[in-house]
Amino acid sequence: MHIVVCIKQVPDSSQIRVHPVTNTIMRQGVPAVVNPYDLFALEEALRLKDTYGAQVTVLCMGPPPAEAALRKAISFGADDAILVTDRAFAGSDTLATSFALASAIGQIGRNMAVDLVFCGKQTIDGDTAQVGPGIAKRLDLQLLTYVSQVDRVDTERREIVVQRRAEGGVQVLQTRLPCLITMLEGTNEMRFASQAGMFRAARHPVRVWDKAAAGIEDVAKIGLKGSPTVVSKVFAPQPKASKAEQIKCESNAPKDLAVTLIAKLFTQHPALESAISAGTTGSI
Amino acid sequence: MHEKFDTIVVGAGPAGNAAAYTLAKAGLSVLQIERGETPGSKNVQGAILYADALERIIPDFRDDAPLERYLIEQRGWLLDDEAYVGGNYRAEAFNRPPYNRYTIVRAQFDKWFSKKVQDAGGLVICETTVRELIFDGDRVAGVLTDREGGAIYADLVILADGVNSTLARKAGFHPELKPKDVALAVKETLFLAPEIIEPRFNVKGDEGVAIEMVGKITKGMIGTGFLYTNKESLTIGVGCMLSDFAAQKIPPYVMLEEMKAHPAIRPLLEGAEVKEYVAHLIPEGGYDAIPKLYGNGWMIAGDSAGLVNAVHREGSNLAMTSGRLAAETAIDLHAAGQPFSAANLAGYKQRLDDSFVMKDLKKYRRLPAALHRSPHFFTLYPELITLAAHQWVKVDGVDKKSKEREVRRAFAGRRGWLGMMGDAFRLWRAFE
Repeated sequence: MHIVVCIKQVPDSSQIRVHPVTNTIMRQGVPAVVNPYDLFALEEALRLKDTYGAQVTVLCMGPPPAEAALRKAISFGADDAILVTDRAFAGSDTLATSFALASAIGQIGRNMAVDLVFCGKQTIDGDTAQVGPGIAKRLDLQLLTYVSQVDRVDTERREIVVQRRAEGGVQVLQTRLPCLITMLEGTNEMRFASQAGMFRAARHPVRVWDKAAAGIEDVAKIGLKGSPTVVSKVFAPQPKASKAEQIKCESNAPKDLAVTLIAKLFTQHPALESAISAGTTGSI
Repeated sequence: MHEKFDTIVVGAGPAGNAAAYTLAKAGLSVLQIERGETPGSKNVQGAILYADALERIIPDFRDDAPLERYLIEQRGWLLDDEAYVGGNYRAEAFNRPPYNRYTIVRAQFDKWFSKKVQDAGGLVICETTVRELIFDGDRVAGVLTDREGGAIYADLVILADGVNSTLARKAGFHPELKPKDVALAVKETLFLAPEIIEPRFNVKGDEGVAIEMVGKITKGMIGTGFLYTNKESLTIGVGCMLSDFAAQKIPPYVMLEEMKAHPAIRPLLEGAEVKEYVAHLIPEGGYDAIPKLYGNGWMIAGDSAGLVNAVHREGSNLAMTSGRLAAETAIDLHAAGQPFSAANLAGYKQRLDDSFVMKDLKKYRRLPAALHRSPHFFTLYPELITLAAHQWVKVDGVDKKSKEREVRRAFAGRRGWLGMMGDAFRLWRAFE
């Protein structure tokens, strides 16, 4: 079985700061991490490898420093790592990104057919959840989103059974291979890499592919040219809170405080008062 | 099968990076182990980079190292509650390359330094904690990490694991740190636009200013405060001996908040937004607190060896120099085909003794004791000196002779001539 796991390196959003003057995100000095959702995808793939035996290839598109994300994946137990990087990819939206990744997966499959592609549910920097489905569509793969667990893979019969979290319950779905799975967060726990894994990661020759190596000929489909999405404006939401008002009461009795507070609320929102008195019989 | 290297360096701070880089460049096989997620993620410093120490390791570091501002002005302040007496030194000589001191942001600088180690051929493994040393008899033969299959062997282990040096303590190389030998420093990084920093601190372009402070800000504890200009941020911090914090029960962040509110400091921070708050221990026990620095198969460098010159606020340069000297000792032995025995590694101590590292620490060896004996340096004297300055500057119809008498009386009354002579003598001896 050959599994490809798509990962992305993203800025650690818990440490991002907004420039107080320009309102733009200050990326300088913000550490980069593997998109946390992708780690659930990787762990699920590694569990399949543990159970059934598999070749796990991690794939990442991004600038050269994204190599660190791939090395991390190697340390956990992935077998091979490919970084797709090219200046021509700059400015790619989800359409262009899924095109480039699909093309790269096509190239990977030329050596060893790909049975399963794993993606995280979404990234924490884009939050679109579009790239996984985009890849599936382009490669004509069965698409399983919001998967919480892979129950069974049968490579002989080319079948897979997964649990998918849906509104109101869990769906157990069976479909054909090859398929693409986007993995839900919190569904498994990434293993702790062994010392040998750390050594392997530090020494592993990460393969670096430019657009040609990724099998891309039509440059109109990648980068800015291939990205119809336009960010027309970036703004910081204005804090709406008005200044808190302190209510002083003669006595400290909770009842008096409550009465004063309610009287104040009703003065400011007369509609609320009539709505409540219409629906109730008693008085305050 | 276990991995085996010529050398293992524990820690990726200034000492560890200096050692690992020097070793790797000389062709020895080096494994460097860092517990942080990336090199620098756990490291804390003021932070001023002293060019000289780094230049001796990477001569062309200025080409690509992430540097903030080079310092052209040093200010020294003695603070009372609502006043300060200060001196500035600003020189055009510091405004000409090669620059001598820079402010840096350690998270970025350490990453750069580690990249240099890797480019030189060192193998760097992060997010891995060395739990203990592996011994073969009395010889250190390797390390044991917190990961499965974590036994890794080497002919030499260089400990550069920072101030606590849990490893050295566990191995019995030095005793537990004493609270009187370590300072606890807290620091904030505050964002401020360069367009505001420059006029406010009287600098332009990449020029920068360092302010060192002593006095009432530390509330009678032995310690100092600082304020440095980075490219688009300020760092402000204060540090005091841990034993003093423990005795006086003042939380460090309260001390820092009050320092930030000082009427002479507050205007400098106006409009700045806090980006980061960090705390760290600094080994300030001085010469007499330095542990054994080498043994059979091991050496210890940087903060873990207690190599900090508290008087001059120097530490990272002592760390880098000790890391380099440890590496050079190993390189020479390796080239001569000599084992890393305790007798051979004594050369490391010799090199340190011959360098500014031990000479400076030796010079100030009496200072910690002198300061512990006279807390007046941090409370009474700032008060008296600002009083004298106040009398000197204020014009109020009182004749100068009476003013001088007033000042003399204050000094004699508050500390006494004998006390002052004792303080002066102790201070002179400590700085001699």
